[in-house]
Amino acid sequence: MKNTLPVLTVIGMILCLWYAASVLLNAQWERDQAARAGTTISFAEIVPKTMSQDRPVLPAPHQVLAEVWKGVAGQAVTSKRSLVYHGYVTLQATLLGFALGIVLGVGLAVGIVGSRAMDLSVMPWAIISQAIPIVALAPMIVVLSNAMGIEARLIPKGVISAYLSFFPVLVGMVKGLRSPEAGQLDLLQTYGASGGQAFWKLRLPASMPYFFASLKVAIAAALVGAIVGELPTGAIEGLGARMLIGSQFGEPLIMWSGLIASAVLAGALILIVGWVQRLADRRMGARE
Amino acid sequence: MIWVIGALAFWAIAWALNVRLAAGAVGRSRGGRMVIPLLFGVTVLVVWEGMVRGLAVSPVILPPPSMIGARIVGSLPVLWEDAVQTVLKGALTGFILGAGAAVVVAVLIDRSPFLTRGLLPVGNFVAALPIVGIAPILVMWFGFDWQSKAAVVVVMVFFPVLVNTVAGLAASDRMQRDLMATWGGSYWQTLVKLRLPAAMPFIFNGLKIASTLALIGAIVAEFFGSPTRGMGFRISTEVGRLGLDMVWAEIAVAALAGSAFYGLVTWVEGRVTFWHPSQRH
Repeated sequence: MKNTLPVLTVIGMILCLWYAASVLLNAQWERDQAARAGTTISFAEIVPKTMSQDRPVLPAPHQVLAEVWKGVAGQAVTSKRSLVYHGYVTLQATLLGFALGIVLGVGLAVGIVGSRAMDLSVMPWAIISQAIPIVALAPMIVVLSNAMGIEARLIPKGVISAYLSFFPVLVGMVKGLRSPEAGQLDLLQTYGASGGQAFWKLRLPASMPYFFASLKVAIAAALVGAIVGELPTGAIEGLGARMLIGSQFGEPLIMWSGLIASAVLAGALILIVGWVQRLADRRMGARE
Repeated sequence: MIWVIGALAFWAIAWALNVRLAAGAVGRSRGGRMVIPLLFGVTVLVVWEGMVRGLAVSPVILPPPSMIGARIVGSLPVLWEDAVQTVLKGALTGFILGAGAAVVVAVLIDRSPFLTRGLLPVGNFVAALPIVGIAPILVMWFGFDWQSKAAVVVVMVFFPVLVNTVAGLAASDRMQRDLMATWGGSYWQTLVKLRLPAAMPFIFNGLKIASTLALIGAIVAEFFGSPTRGMGFRISTEVGRLGLDMVWAEIAVAALAGSAFYGLVTWVEGRVTFWHPSQRH
């Protein structure tokens, strides 16, 4: 925990910058108001006012916090205005995409390690697939799934987040499945082990640390995918939709609370996966 | 039906060919490493074309590649205009500004070990956040034109590059720094001649991550309002009009631009960090 103090200092500096920026950016509106009323306003009067505007250019941190608190604790959990509800909608899509991404990533990795032809032909395209901006595909995935008669908005969002999260899993698993040394593989061969046995007893266990390490990247990517999937698709539920609504109705506080809520969700997911990773590492015999 | 059978037959032949190529000497040569993935890509296109034609899939759901190709050739001026708006003005400007700012901030913050220790966890966390969410806010601040797209890209690329640069500046050995000190090298001489070059592999790692983020940011920002050009704008309006061939054409351009961008960064990396073990062949 020797990093606690530096981290708190950096966070404090960010908060100071944020307050300063919100005073600077919001001051113009107060000055305009004063000019319209025919009065002059001093800087000392402007400062407190910039922190309590209804529609600030940049809301002050405590305003955003108050809005988040209102969204979490101020409503019933099932209410359409509750951040918990919207967070849950996004979480569903994230977890669906995460699961799909793991299945796809592990499946492709097993194929790539098992077959040289697949390694040479699929791997370059997997890399190129990440250079395609997924958001370009997002609106079309929604239309496609509508045309195929899938009404639920969950599926297209899950597909988009799977597209983003399969890649780290694929790369990690390919590395992990190849991590046993030649000597170990040779030893299994002298025991007369078949290819399948070598896979189950050596390659798969050896790949587990790599697998869990890649999950951390994958869950963050899955959440980004779920939120991006909500933005262009006209979704009305979910944290991304919350930000979209805030933008369309000119309500910066709604936008910012959505943003902060998604940051909190991301942090929680990463922590949970990190915890699972440590647990798995310990069971695999890793010493810290 | 003949289309479906033809496509499946082509698939089988191409697969057999690829397996043979990969097992033989070709798979180890430089040319073979290009041919095999290309053959795979062509196979996907042929199967796609054959399935769409053979099963009579409506072009509103999935247009065949030939139709998309025709659309690309037929609307080159529009595609070019969109690419200039999104890729050159939005993504590239933002990428250069954001990456430049990140390197400068990293060098500044590197002078204080205390701040560096605090910044790394925070920066790593922020880099994992869904920063695209900031797009509507920045579009509100900077207006509909490319400036707001560039601003989104700046925020998105800043943290990955910052974190990697800070890590990179710590990469030079104690011994090397001591050597610079015995030669009487000043802080700036040590920075420019030793520490920045030593940090380059890390910086380029960050730049590569940032290059894919840049296009995503520029396109997402266009969904929140843009002038009547740009790839994100075109995609969202054409989806509404069910002009899926145009959407796929834009996706092809986006894929091309994304790969070219990534390729460019990788090429520059090879020139700058030619001394690094990962670049030796």
